[in-house]
Amino acid sequence: MISLKDVERVYKTSNATVHALKGITLNVKQGEIFGIIGRSGAGKSTLIRCINLLERPTRGSVIVDHCNLTTINKEALRHARRNIGMIFQHFNLLNSRTVYQNVALPLELMGLSKKEISSTVHPLLELTGLTEKANEYPYHLSGGQKQRVAIARALVNKPKILLCDEATSSLDPKTTHSILQLLRDINEKLNLTIVLITHEMEVIKSICTEVAVLHQGEIVEQGSVLALFADPKSDIAKEFVKAATRLEMPIALRRRMRPQPTSTTHPVLRISFMGQSAQEPFIAYVIQHYELTVNIIQAHLETIRDEAIGIMIVEVMGSADNIQNAIAFLESKGLHIEVLGHAPRST
Amino acid sequence: MLHDLLNALQETLFMVFTAGFFTFMIGLPLGVLLSVTRKGQFLANPFLNKIFGTFINAARSIPYIVFMVALIPLTRLIVGTGEGSIAAIVPLTLAAIPFFARLAETAIAEVPKGLIEAAQSVGASPKQIIYKVLIPEALPGIINGLTVTLVHLVGYSAMAGAIGGGGLGSLAIHKGYHAFQTNYIVATVVILICLVQMIQICGDYIVHGTLKRQ
Repeated sequence: MISLKDVERVYKTSNATVHALKGITLNVKQGEIFGIIGRSGAGKSTLIRCINLLERPTRGSVIVDHCNLTTINKEALRHARRNIGMIFQHFNLLNSRTVYQNVALPLELMGLSKKEISSTVHPLLELTGLTEKANEYPYHLSGGQKQRVAIARALVNKPKILLCDEATSSLDPKTTHSILQLLRDINEKLNLTIVLITHEMEVIKSICTEVAVLHQGEIVEQGSVLALFADPKSDIAKEFVKAATRLEMPIALRRRMRPQPTSTTHPVLRISFMGQSAQEPFIAYVIQHYELTVNIIQAHLETIRDEAIGIMIVEVMGSADNIQNAIAFLESKGLHIEVLGHAPRST
Repeated sequence: MLHDLLNALQETLFMVFTAGFFTFMIGLPLGVLLSVTRKGQFLANPFLNKIFGTFINAARSIPYIVFMVALIPLTRLIVGTGEGSIAAIVPLTLAAIPFFARLAETAIAEVPKGLIEAAQSVGASPKQIIYKVLIPEALPGIINGLTVTLVHLVGYSAMAGAIGGGGLGSLAIHKGYHAFQTNYIVATVVILICLVQMIQICGDYIVHGTLKRQ
């Protein structure tokens, strides 16, 4: 549905050249909720603006719904943009227009009749729960209501794609939840492809199916959200997951840990399991079978879109060979094991 | 005296509002142009912006009394005469356009850039952005600017009296100052104060109306 190839964006100021995006390639399939996560300054906003060409890439191509947006003329681009709705962190509603008039704006621009406009706008106000607010001005609405208006406006052209630029970043947690729920609903009801950018793992884990991690203008990791939680590979992804799961080793243990094993240490592992592997008592099995003592330091059960994923940090005591075999066994059962370090025996 | 004052008031009102009308009709598009051609805007054109900007600054730096005299030949060309209220409208308008254009430019530049992005994202053309987004959103600021401009025009129109433009300024100078009739000066000043107050109150009332929704 969306395909970016080698997209670069360079800003030239009088005394510096900034490479905001350094060769981004990604594909978003029809019906996905694709999340792009990154810290501020990673290039997220630039990236999402390259999809509808609010920012023109310096190099590379942007193909949306089989149309290469980077090569078509302005008129065709305006036409293509009607196929791509967009919502923003600060809602960007017109203060001089009522809720109804804001939602009607895109249709007005196309020159539709009042009757046609009304028959499209009202069902959308209903979908977004704004029917009673139709004649209010945005000034009188709460943040969540404003974002609903923006969503209705973005959907009024019946687009196939919705771009969300930090859409929940200025909302409180409860409102964030309701907006995310609404996005998920429209994704399912309208079979809409959604691309969102955020700096919050919460957003990714509650609605996204796919995720890309953006760091300093490059995609450092990409895959399903479950895989990212179970087995983050890049440092930045590990940080995001750690922050989201609040799994942090106790400082006292971290201070004692060494990178290399010695005869008096035992390993500290991060074990994550999901789906089928969460159903069976593998840990209990290895304790018995390999004669190990397992000390659970922390554990966390996470729900990602409706699937459970467990993450544990454990100290494992036993003979070195048995520990190796146990790790191999667990990995063969689909659990992800990462050796975090080696702690000396506490006295 | 009352007859003189009423006549003069009528001339002043005619000058101020006719000049105000033309100022708005020409100054607003100019303000829009200045704003949207700024660097980083959606119709950025630094060259055009620089030319108009320089031209406006030049016009604004000439003292009005000099401006008025210097424009007499042009005024003759446009309205056929260099004297009277109708003639005064030409320099009044030309002096007020750059002033109002700058105020309109500022008001339009204050429309958040995100609103323009939002309009672009639903496929708005530059013309639609101007008519559907920029002008409606900047309307309170534009009307404020127009109020300030009209008040300025009242002052300028009084100066026009010095070269035979008619109106309250002319009355105060000729009957009051030159003929030593202090009561004319007092009456003129009182009327001008009332006029300016009225303009300001009306302007504020309209702005308040457009802001009620905010």
